[in-house]
Amino acid sequence: MTDRVRAGRRGGGKGDRVMVPPAEFRSYYGRPIVKKPVWTHDIAAYFFTGGLAAGSALVAAGADLTGRAALRTTARLTGLGAILASTYFLVVDLGRPSRFLNMLRVAKPTSPMSMGTWIFSGFSAAAGLAAVAEAAPLLPRRGAVGLAARALPVAGRAGGLAAAALAPAMATYTAVLISDTATPSWHAAYPRMPFVFAGSALASGGAAGMIGAPTAQAGPARTLAVAGAALELAATHGVEHRMGLLSEPYRTGRAGTLLRAARVLTAAGAVGALLGSRSRTVSALAGGALLAGSLATRLGVFEAGKASAEDPKYTVVPQRERLGTL
Amino acid sequence: MNSLFGPIDPAKDAGYTDAPPRMGFFTDTSVCIGCKACEVACKEWNAVPDDGFDLLGMSYDNTGGLSANSWRHVAFIEQAAPSPAAMDVLREAEATVSTQFLGMPSSTLPGTEGREGRDLRWLMMSNVCKHCTHAGCLDVCPTGSLFRTEYGTVVVQEDICNGCGYCVAACPYGVIDRREDDGRAWKCTLCYDRIGEGMTPACAQACPTQSIQYGELDELRERAAQRVEVLHQRGVTEAKLYGHDPDDGVGGDGAFFLLLDEPEVYGLPPDPVVTTRDLPSMWKHAGVAALGMAAAAVVAFLGRRP
Amino acid sequence: MAEAHPVGFQWVMEAKKRGATVIHVDPRFTRTSAVADEFVPLRVGSDIAFLGGVINYILSNELDFREYVVAYTNAATLVTEGFQDTEDLGGLFSGYHPETGTYDPASWQYEGHEEFAQTHEDTHVHRETAAGFQHEAHGPPVSGFVARDETLQDPRCVYQILKRHYARYTPEVVERVCGVPPEQFRKVCEAWTRNSGRERTTALVYSVGWTQHTVGVQYIRAGAIIQLLLGNMGRPGGGIMALRGHASIQGSTDIPTLFNLLPGYLPMPHFKQHETFDMWAEAIRHLGQKGFWAYARCYAVSLLKAYFGEHATEENDWGYGWLPRLTGDHGTYQQVLNMIDGKIKGYFLLGQNPAVGSAHGRAQRLGMANLDWLVVRDLYMIESATFWKDSPEIETGEIVTEECRTEVFFLPAASHVEKEGTFTQTQRMLQWREKALDPPQDCRSELWFFYHLGRLVRERLATSTLERDEPIKKLAWSYPISGQHNEPDAEAVLKEINGYDVATGAPLSGFTQLQADGSTACGCWIYSGVFADGVNQAARRKPGKEQSWVAPEWGWVWPANRRILYNRASADPQGAPWSAKKAYVWWDPEKGEWTGHDVPDFEKTKDPAFRPAPGTIGVHGLAGDDAFIMQGDGKGWLYAPAGLIDGPMPTHYEPAESPLRNPLYAQQANPVRKVYDRPENQLNPAPPERHSEVFPYVFTTSRLTEHHTAGGMSRQLAYLSELQPAMFVEVSPALAEERGLEHLGWAHVVTGRAAVEARVLVTARLRPLRLDGRVIHQIWLPYHWGGSGLVTGDSANDLFGITLDPNVLIQESKVGTCDIQPGRRPTGRALLDYIADYLRRAGLDASHYAPLETPGAGE
Ligand SMILES: Nc1nc2c(c(=O)[nH]1)N[C@H]1C(S)=C(S)[C@@H](COP(=O)(O)OP(=O)(O)OC[C@H]3O[C@@H](n4cnc5c(=O)[nH]c(N)nc54)[C@H](O)[C@@H]3O)O[C@H]1N2
Ligand SMILES: Nc1nc2c(c(=O)[nH]1)N[C@H]1C(S)=C(S)[C@@H](COP(=O)(O)OP(=O)(O)OC[C@H]3O[C@@H](n4cnc5c(=O)[nH]c(N)nc54)[C@H](O)[C@@H]3O)O[C@H]1N2
Ligand code: SF4
Ligand code: SF4
Ligand code: SF4
Ligand code: SF4
Ligand code: SF4
Ligand SMILES: [Mo]
Repeated sequence: MTDRVRAGRRGGGKGDRVMVPPAEFRSYYGRPIVKKPVWTHDIAAYFFTGGLAAGSALVAAGADLTGRAALRTTARLTGLGAILASTYFLVVDLGRPSRFLNMLRVAKPTSPMSMGTWIFSGFSAAAGLAAVAEAAPLLPRRGAVGLAARALPVAGRAGGLAAAALAPAMATYTAVLISDTATPSWHAAYPRMPFVFAGSALASGGAAGMIGAPTAQAGPARTLAVAGAALELAATHGVEHRMGLLSEPYRTGRAGTLLRAARVLTAAGAVGALLGSRSRTVSALAGGALLAGSLATRLGVFEAGKASAEDPKYTVVPQRERLGTL
Repeated sequence: MNSLFGPIDPAKDAGYTDAPPRMGFFTDTSVCIGCKACEVACKEWNAVPDDGFDLLGMSYDNTGGLSANSWRHVAFIEQAAPSPAAMDVLREAEATVSTQFLGMPSSTLPGTEGREGRDLRWLMMSNVCKHCTHAGCLDVCPTGSLFRTEYGTVVVQEDICNGCGYCVAACPYGVIDRREDDGRAWKCTLCYDRIGEGMTPACAQACPTQSIQYGELDELRERAAQRVEVLHQRGVTEAKLYGHDPDDGVGGDGAFFLLLDEPEVYGLPPDPVVTTRDLPSMWKHAGVAALGMAAAAVVAFLGRRP
Repeated sequence: MAEAHPVGFQWVMEAKKRGATVIHVDPRFTRTSAVADEFVPLRVGSDIAFLGGVINYILSNELDFREYVVAYTNAATLVTEGFQDTEDLGGLFSGYHPETGTYDPASWQYEGHEEFAQTHEDTHVHRETAAGFQHEAHGPPVSGFVARDETLQDPRCVYQILKRHYARYTPEVVERVCGVPPEQFRKVCEAWTRNSGRERTTALVYSVGWTQHTVGVQYIRAGAIIQLLLGNMGRPGGGIMALRGHASIQGSTDIPTLFNLLPGYLPMPHFKQHETFDMWAEAIRHLGQKGFWAYARCYAVSLLKAYFGEHATEENDWGYGWLPRLTGDHGTYQQVLNMIDGKIKGYFLLGQNPAVGSAHGRAQRLGMANLDWLVVRDLYMIESATFWKDSPEIETGEIVTEECRTEVFFLPAASHVEKEGTFTQTQRMLQWREKALDPPQDCRSELWFFYHLGRLVRERLATSTLERDEPIKKLAWSYPISGQHNEPDAEAVLKEINGYDVATGAPLSGFTQLQADGSTACGCWIYSGVFADGVNQAARRKPGKEQSWVAPEWGWVWPANRRILYNRASADPQGAPWSAKKAYVWWDPEKGEWTGHDVPDFEKTKDPAFRPAPGTIGVHGLAGDDAFIMQGDGKGWLYAPAGLIDGPMPTHYEPAESPLRNPLYAQQANPVRKVYDRPENQLNPAPPERHSEVFPYVFTTSRLTEHHTAGGMSRQLAYLSELQPAMFVEVSPALAEERGLEHLGWAHVVTGRAAVEARVLVTARLRPLRLDGRVIHQIWLPYHWGGSGLVTGDSANDLFGITLDPNVLIQESKVGTCDIQPGRRPTGRALLDYIADYLRRAGLDASHYAPLETPGAGE
């Protein structure tokens, strides 16, 4: 038995060029070279909820500025829920809340996580404020509280706009975060991953709007959802097929299953969004499919990264190719 | 922002003005006898917990690799390339039995490697954190727990580490790892507490054959080049250095090696690149995507009024 | 060496860096092989054939260092006419007595010295008492004046005898016996001879891979012959390095823990052979010999003065009568069998773990389970202290806890860092160690234990009038004590070992000051000088770079701080260095004295041209070129006319258990090996006996760097246990196939004594050998595992029976025959049935034992 094994794939799939010549590679008892990320699905879930919050913030701000109150409320509350979930997932991953605060001691440009922490903090504060503003109608109109209640919508708009301004960064920094690793299939995907994540965020944000708001107000959310879904599908296709051997982990194993599911769900959701613009039910179903698709995409990407770190061939073969010694 | 790429003096780059010379390791695997004294000495000095009692069957390696609980790891690689005479005997022995081979995994095909006249090679190599010139782990650490010392080494401050695990995924060599029980990241400190006192790191001190040499990096690089030359003269043409080159993907390692086979045979990446080299480009792409998002939102809402 | 002496191995690597060629001869590919220039795999137990082949190569090509050989060895000495070689007698030397299984060595003597020989009665006693050990520091008795033929032509001179004896050890024979191909064999011969002679020297390093055989002593003799023929003895870079085991195992033979020796290699008195003090002292002195043993009386009297102080007087023969006497074999294996027979009631076990570390683990445990009391002093609760509740015999029902009569006292010991004292290492160097910290809780040093035990016993016996208590009452037993626990002063003990003037108490400067009149006392004559000038010389730690390359001021080396023994041989007969490069000690004609880098191992002012008057004995009998000053004839022995129980020259015999018929002689195995024919000690059959195919494979055991011996000091430590966490067995890919063994799966190894299970490591580092047209598989096991500790496993020593080398009574624990089967072994009583079935198939029943002599059978 030898673990000098054949790596790579025969060219296949219509239109795909033969990307990796079959290659032999050697390793240390088949053991991984890079460590697989220690992160759990909490982090993938965070990517999803963060994207959802970002997409929702854009929807909320647009709705606010264009006077779509129901859509605004839906989006702001979705955003708040997503932020709370994100916080939960982060803290679970770190173990203790204080560990999150540790990161606010420094701002480190070379660390996407440090940058992301600040983006997330700012974004959460702003989006949180916007969401709280939704409580204004419920508050008494008189007294000190009343004063606050009257100021809230203004503050809410300011918060919402700030959140919207930060939302694109909030949606895409996570792509940089995972790309800025030695995890082979993540790093190789760095030119594409922000588009996957941006698309996924838009799709999920739009989808939430489609579900929560009446069809009459949900038009822009639908547009964003469809556009996001298209971007997500296109960019993911690139990740799955245009990175040579390093695309393989996105097509195989659990990642492959998840991403195939994501494709079906996202495509179905987009079609549903387009066709079902009149029906609240169809919209809600389509929105659900888009949300599920977005979540599956994040999980799939996460799994693919882990798989690429676990098999030394994804470290060795591309590096050997780079050296021209394969 | 510190330099992300290229040959630099890391201590200076990190802002030390009067830094001492950069210190590091030259690990000469051609004289390693696999005694694992380095592994044990490291654990003794640094009070690292044991790593579990698992028989791995990877030759005499039952550590498996570097981890939060093993900051030195001795790799064992059996390369069997039986001589014609040995093969005859084997064939004779095998003639009587089935042809199924139940052997131990070895890292190479028979007959591909090895000096003339030697039909079996047993490579041993003591692996450790590379203390990269451009250290991915340090670059991505969001808390500042990982820092660059005045000796140009990379050290985790366990009281600051929040266990985010980013460094684990960022290390191109798979060195640093998070410990299960305390959730923090651990790795070789190049014995920061010893070298500050003018002492040799515990592993190098324990190494009986001087396979692990500690010293000023510049001097070690010279010594290593000479050693390669000597080995080449003696016919060990496969001897080559790994991680010594300041122009490589991580700006050169603070701990570099003399290897007798390809890096991946020892579990090392053949061409590691610090992940942050591409960080500016990553942000650029993210920026485009972000702008796209914003634009999409504007279009979606401007496109139709209620 | 890299595995078991990694720190010492740094010097091999250093030599290699400077261009030395390293050749490793071993049955399996080890960490040492990995860095050697040449790895020579051979069948375990076949080295004498290999070395014999080298001797033959040297002699038949006349590659010996002739000038050295003629001057410094006994090559020219003539042997009696009666001597007959193995070549003539089917593998036996002349003088064999089949009834006792011993030799009468009269016919092996130098010409004219037949009367020096012992009878075979003597040799029988010598075997029982491991007399070979007593020759470690001096040659066995032989007269100083011999008939010589310096042309080496006389057919009866040693050189010619040697040449004839080894003529059959051709490269083809080497291949047949050892499995080493002729091309590779030739390469080794060429490298060894090319790198020896006037300008160069070769060092030979061995350890227990050579000793633990029924022919172990002869292995080393064979190495010595080569080193003498090539002029590699007594010279820098040459010699034979016996790598010792435990940190001070050399110390524990110098000041022995052995049953047959007193300090400084003085023999333990035998009740019959050494009835009186004079008989004893004369036996040590070997009347008529040349050399330093002539002063044996001084060493003996001074030792007795150290033991009994003022009570030792000329009138009472210095208290000789109080010394215990040997009555036969009291070796560790005989003792354990005696325990099984209920002949031994109590036992002190200190720093040893025989339940795991000694051959035939089952016998060890059954023996200990049949004592009245057992005192164990150890760092940990080792298997030898807990056998009564958790040994494998509990599982088989052979020991029942409730019925086990042994009362075990466990006394925790202080470890080596928790006490002060010396280690004596491989180079005979004593190195003093300070105490690093106090022992915890009840842990105490050995010194504390014995001092206070002695004190308490003496207090209890103070009023006794029994004669048998006299020796204890008369002991000199006073040492300064200090501290909370009344710890005796170890330096005071070292001073006593060094020796002192009885009247003044002044320390002696060396053994030449010792007197036979009772005016000096000395605990170990060879250590005399270690406290010269009242300074602890063993504690010297002058860095190497601050002194000469011989580094005489690091520690202290016995005798007389001499770093290389017999270094007179580093100069030519005229006293000049053999070559400038290899100059070590030499004669300075100007000053009329020997000088050089080391302390000359020669009388300082003896001129190289000095020739003694015939018949002069003792030191004055040594000629100016008698370099081997402790030998009775002043020469290095290529041929041993006396002192060895199994023959004057090494001869290839098969191990006691072997799958092969001896390809060289009708005599299968060592005919005088020490056997214990007892039902619990069944040995697997070997040809010419039938059924050897039941145990078709050869197995050997040895060490892993990661563990220490019986595991007490490594299986208890996490950092070591994790590095080798499980008992395993190494097999070649071919054998794995043959037996269906899977990598990392379970297998069990079976012998007539036990079945031992282990995880399988399939590795090309083990390989089958082709011998005599047959493929022989070798299996390897580490022997470090046992039932206690962080990692546990079956013990390899359970597989061995007890067969010993006749000279020193070391067990054959490097080679045996076995079967190996996939899967785990049976447990409980089924295990006993399983082994019984093997025994039945092998035709072994309680009354059948392998014959010692195998004349002509199977030829
Ligand atoms: N790490 C470690 N070091 C130790 C010890 C330990 O347990 N662990 N023990 C110490 C002690 S007590 C001792 S005595 C020494 C022993 O030191 P060594 O003698 O070096 O130890 P072993 O590993 O028992 O045996 C050495 C080699 O002999 C080989 N061998 C076996 N039979 C034969 C044979 O017939 N011919 C030849 N040529 N080779 C043979 C074995 O394959 C093995 O590789 O080590 C000391 N050092
Ligand atoms: N099959 C096989 N058997 C062998 C060998 C082999 O190669 N193969 N090798 C043989 C050899 S060379 C040897 S030396 C033996 C070794 O066999 P043993 O001597 O029986 O085994 P060790 O484990 O070394 O036992 C030493 C014990 O001393 C304890 N100890 C350590 N320091 C101190 C101290 O200061 N005081 C006291 N009181 N105790 C202390 C340790 O904890 C340990 O339990 O094994 C022999 N057996
Ligand atoms: S090897 Fe890995 S852990 Fe060590 S400094 Fe480089 S990036 Fe950091
Ligand atoms: S786990 Fe600790 S050391 Fe690693 S990146 Fe996070 S904070 Fe820094
Ligand atoms: S330098 Fe220190 S911390 Fe690093 S491996 Fe060596 S002993 Fe361990
Ligand atoms: S201590 Fe030195 S020789 Fe021993 S395994 Fe480590 S690097 Fe190799
Ligand atoms: S354990 Fe001690 S004696 Fe043995 S090799 Fe190591 S340093 Fe030398
Ligand atoms: Mo030993």
